Amino acid sequence: MAKGHEHTIKAFDAEIKQLRALISQMGGLAEQAIADAMTALQRNDTELAKQVRAKDKAIDAIEAEVEKLAVRVIALRAPMADDLRDVVAALKIAGVVERIGDYAKNIAKRVPLIHASGKDRIDAVSVIPAMAQMASEMVHDVLDAFASRDAEAAIRVCERDSRLDDFYDSIFRTLVTYMVENPRTVSEVAHLLFVAKNIERIGDHATNVAEMVYFAATGSYLADRDTDSTGV
Amino acid sequence: MTELNSPQTTAPPKMAAQGVNVFYGEKQAIRDVSLDVDMDNVTAFIGPSGCGKSTFLRTLNRMNDTVASARVEGLITLDGENIYDRSMDVVQLRARVGMVFQKPNPFPKSIYENVAYGPRIHGLASGKADMDQIVERSLKRAGLWEEVKDRLQDSGTALSGGQQQRLCIARAIAVDPEVILMDEPCSALDPIATAKIEELIHELRGRYAIVIVTHNMQQAARVSQRTAFFHLGTLVEYGETDQIFTAPRQERTKDYITGRYG
Repeated sequence: MAKGHEHTIKAFDAEIKQLRALISQMGGLAEQAIADAMTALQRNDTELAKQVRAKDKAIDAIEAEVEKLAVRVIALRAPMADDLRDVVAALKIAGVVERIGDYAKNIAKRVPLIHASGKDRIDAVSVIPAMAQMASEMVHDVLDAFASRDAEAAIRVCERDSRLDDFYDSIFRTLVTYMVENPRTVSEVAHLLFVAKNIERIGDHATNVAEMVYFAATGSYLADRDTDSTGV
Repeated sequence: MTELNSPQTTAPPKMAAQGVNVFYGEKQAIRDVSLDVDMDNVTAFIGPSGCGKSTFLRTLNRMNDTVASARVEGLITLDGENIYDRSMDVVQLRARVGMVFQKPNPFPKSIYENVAYGPRIHGLASGKADMDQIVERSLKRAGLWEEVKDRLQDSGTALSGGQQQRLCIARAIAVDPEVILMDEPCSALDPIATAKIEELIHELRGRYAIVIVTHNMQQAARVSQRTAFFHLGTLVEYGETDQIFTAPRQERTKDYITGRYG
């Protein structure tokens, strides 16, 4: 409840606050999953990768909790105006964050298939964590924007997506070159390509969340952006 | 005073108010309200108690004339005609702009007579058969015919609250009005009777210009296409109902409809 006064019915405030708390908890877990998946990838740590996959269930569970609470609030409080937009945004954001968690899980799944360390190490792996960091920050900042109902911050997250796309394009080229030069690594590098693609998708999802945050905060739709910049 | 996002309509308004002020003695109840009511949309007035929404509604068929201390300034037109003009026949006006009240108030007469009374005093029926037709048609439009057709001679006051209110709507319809004003028509009714009235409002839309005052915001959201929010005698915001309830432009509107008022 960053803006405006409190509701006459205090339980309503408490429920909306709880929805926001659940979303930020979910976001924290998703960020952690991305970071752990990257660490696992870099260190070739299959144990940590397994944990990432296991922890994804916690994200799914919170999503279910958000859905339950949102439906309850709609049924019992009949929210209006910014309250309604908040609840709908929370419901949608929970779904997107769950998807983000799935991408991290998918990255973790590929860890055992990629030799990122030791003598078989693939050099290109070293640039991927930087890209993941960028995507993870977008997720972090957009959920902060939701928590503080900050439409401007949401726009700034959207604007960062094209840089992430550029990063992806450059990694794509690097990896293709690598495959050409090291044909026996093709299957591993193909997995790395998927990893990079997953990170790129995480950025797209953060951008979607930014649009929801913008709508929740202002009541109007962020003008359709150029969606063609996604690349391949 | 306030910047309004008046809804866009192509047709000329059925009723138009410009710069309306209403006083009860020294006290000003309505301040500089301008608002159009059109034929194709149900208009809802919402706002906290004492905000002036009922007072304003009553200016639309000169109901305030019956209050000795009330004084109305500004221009209110019906089809472009000034309803406060000296040449305006008030009885005729109230036939054209009918009203339904909060508490169902059927006459202590038969169901048939409740509906026939208006057409009779306005000379709208040319005989018994004609009157029978008007009564049947009005009761049908009010969604009451099936329930009362076999007991038209029973007293109107013997009906249930919801039926009484629909009888009052039938009575208003019987004189073939152009506008129907409803002042909290469901506040004395249970949810099922309320739903029937809301469905009726939906069916009557387009045939009559309908203005409804309601304390129940969900009801305003359900039945209207235009919503006007009044506060302290001023019109704070007037817009498309879905816009008012999803993205109100004024802070005061938002606080009221989200339950943060006061």
